[in-house]
Amino acid sequence: MENVLANFDLVLKAFWLTIQLALLSGLVALVLGTLLAAMRVGPISVLRGVAATYVTLVRNTPLLVMCIFVFVAAPNLGLFVGMPFLLKGTIAVGLYTAPFIAEAIRSGVNAVHLGQAEAARAIGMTFGQNMRYVVLPQAFRASVPPLASTLIAMTKNTSVVAVFGLMEATARMRDFVNKNSDDTMLIFLVFAIGYVILVELISFAAYGLERRWKAAR
Amino acid sequence: MTVTDEAPVGGGTPRSGEALVELADVQKWYGQLHVLQDINLTVSRGEVVVVIGPSGSGKSTLCRTINRLEPVDSGRILVDGSPLPQEGKALARHRADVGMVFQSFNLFAHKTILENVTLGPIKVRKQSKAEAETRARELLERVGVAHQADKYPAQLSGGQQQRVAIARALAMEPKVMLFDEPTSALDPEMIKEVLDVMVDLAERGMTMIVVTHEMGFARTAANRVVFMADGRILETADPETFFSNPESDRAKDFLGKILKH
Repeated sequence: MENVLANFDLVLKAFWLTIQLALLSGLVALVLGTLLAAMRVGPISVLRGVAATYVTLVRNTPLLVMCIFVFVAAPNLGLFVGMPFLLKGTIAVGLYTAPFIAEAIRSGVNAVHLGQAEAARAIGMTFGQNMRYVVLPQAFRASVPPLASTLIAMTKNTSVVAVFGLMEATARMRDFVNKNSDDTMLIFLVFAIGYVILVELISFAAYGLERRWKAAR
Repeated sequence: MTVTDEAPVGGGTPRSGEALVELADVQKWYGQLHVLQDINLTVSRGEVVVVIGPSGSGKSTLCRTINRLEPVDSGRILVDGSPLPQEGKALARHRADVGMVFQSFNLFAHKTILENVTLGPIKVRKQSKAEAETRARELLERVGVAHQADKYPAQLSGGQQQRVAIARALAMEPKVMLFDEPTSALDPEMIKEVLDVMVDLAERGMTMIVVTHEMGFARTAANRVVFMADGRILETADPETFFSNPESDRAKDFLGKILKH
């Protein structure tokens, strides 16, 4: 019999792994997603095609399929062999979330007044400078709400890697339930509240950014 | 910048001074619509050319072709002797030499007024931040908005924003300035403050191509008036001749509509 409250350190440890997964995957998804968004609105048709194909392929496939690819299929091809599970989980969730981030940012790019990019071109900025200094900073500001939704979904999606042997929050919850079925309701509450706290942190940060950027848009 | 010897107020001979901007046989279509037809125009160094005409005449499009914000379908456009490059780094370098002021100001909304003016010099001209800021403050002083340097564009009036936009363009040390209806989005009481800055610029010898409906500005500051209708240049004359004695029926009709109420 394992009591969830008596073994709270295990709960915290599991959520710490969830937080690491979320932070690392979020970083991968934001960087790759921004790159994909810039490629999709850019002047080079080959890159536009590559980015559009990636978005179509990954956004329309379940996360579990991506996980099976990264954890099971890719090693057969000699990819990611011997890589720590945390990094594999990061790659799976990050690659999966990137197209959603890309589309959120692209909606932000579309919200930036066309004249902003024209003014940047008119003072001699290259496409890269235009994106970096003028369009993307404003696109980020305009896409904070959809970005927050995407990152919230991603944080909850980290639970899928529980299937592949990472003892993050969901895997630990299953472990507790298996060993102590009498306390099921308490265990559920403890882990549900844990996720709610994590997700609320993202909402809170998003709200703060929205307020801070209100004047500068 | 060499200032031509012609008087700043009207009546200069059109071809004095060396050619800075040349458009030859320029054609442009939007689908079936022939928006620029057989455009031939040469603007000399130090000259102020005002382009007027009814809406839809192609005057804004003409202005925007000179820094290739609008690509043309055929014809040649030269600035300071060199033809407009295709998209890419060379075009970016070209645009840095051609200042542009838009109808809707287009100040960078997420940057302060000072940052709006220093962004190009720092990122494009590779000036140091200190150097760019010193110059930017001088320019903001000159256009009369120095005390607003740390505000964001949305906190300024339209007239102030447009004067900042002029400072932003000037910070790049352009060879020529394009103005695309710079006062059309302004409340009437703010038009003068922007025109004053433009007149000052003209008197300092800046080469300017100005698309506008401000006939007063055309009379006081222009060396030449270009009248466009239906994508063609119908008439080119010094302002005195054009306003008192327009040749084409379209120009007579246009002037009749705007000058008499």
